[in-house]
Amino acid sequence: MTTILSKEDFIIVKEQDVVPFRNKVKEAAVKIGMGILNQTKLITAASELVRNLLKYGGGGMVIIESVNNGRENGIRLIFADKGPGIADVSLAMKDGYSTGKSLGLGLPGTKRLVNEFDIQSTVGMGTTVTIIKWKNG
Amino acid sequence: MERIPILKMGDFLLVTIQVDLYDQLAENLETDLVNSVKKHNSKGVLIDISSVSIIDSFMGRILGNIGIMSRIMGAQSVIVGMQPAVAMTLVELGLTLTGVSTALNVEKGMELLRSKILLSEGQSDDYDNDTE
Repeated sequence: MTTILSKEDFIIVKEQDVVPFRNKVKEAAVKIGMGILNQTKLITAASELVRNLLKYGGGGMVIIESVNNGRENGIRLIFADKGPGIADVSLAMKDGYSTGKSLGLGLPGTKRLVNEFDIQSTVGMGTTVTIIKWKNG
Repeated sequence: MERIPILKMGDFLLVTIQVDLYDQLAENLETDLVNSVKKHNSKGVLIDISSVSIIDSFMGRILGNIGIMSRIMGAQSVIVGMQPAVAMTLVELGLTLTGVSTALNVEKGMELLRSKILLSEGQSDDYDNDTE
C-alpha cells in the first residue's frame, strides 16, 4: 500500500520548463534524504521522460509526489500528455527502437534507472508514464 | 540565446560547462565548437563537465557528436571531470560514449590531448614518408 505524503503539479509546455522541473525533482529527492546516485538516476529518468512529453506529447503535466510504501519513502513522478499516443507500447520499450532520430534508449533506459515503471497509452488520447524511485532503491 | 563560452588557448579550445544542460544549450555548444575548431585551426578540444550533475541520452549523444565531428575536422577531443554518479547513470541508461576520450581531471585531460595530437601528427608524418 503506497501512501502519498506530499504532491505537487508541474506544467511543461516548453523546453525552458525542463531545468526548473529537474530542480523541483531534485528538491523533492533531497527532502526525503535520497543519496546522490539515486538522485542522479531519478533526475536523468525524469529528463528523458519530460523530453518525450514535449517532443511527442506536445507538452503536458507532471505530478511530483513523495510516497511511502510502509518500509521506506520514495519519489513518484507521473507524466501525462494528451498527444497522439503510442500504437505499440512493447515495441517502444525495446532498446534501440525509435520513431524519431534519437538512439532509442529513452524508454527502456529510463526503466533501468528506476524501481517501478508503468506506461499507459491510448492512440489519439495520450500517454501516461509513472515511475517510482525508492530512497534506497 | 544562452551560450556556453569557448576559450581559445594556443592550439586548444577549452570549454567549462558550469550550468545545467538542456537540449538547445547542448545543440548550440555543438555548433559553436565545430565552428570554432575551423575558425582557430584548433588541434584539440577539452570539455570540462565536472559541474554537470545530469547527462541524459540526448546530451550524451551531443557529447559523442562533438568528439566525432572534431575528429573529422582533424582535432582531438577529451571530456574531463565526469561525476561518478553521472558515469554510473549513463552506463545503466545504455550510453557508452563510444568514440569519446575521457580523463579524470583537467590536468590529465591536457596530458591526454597533447599525447593524442603528437600521435596523430606522428602518424601523418609516417604516412608522408611511406608515400615518398
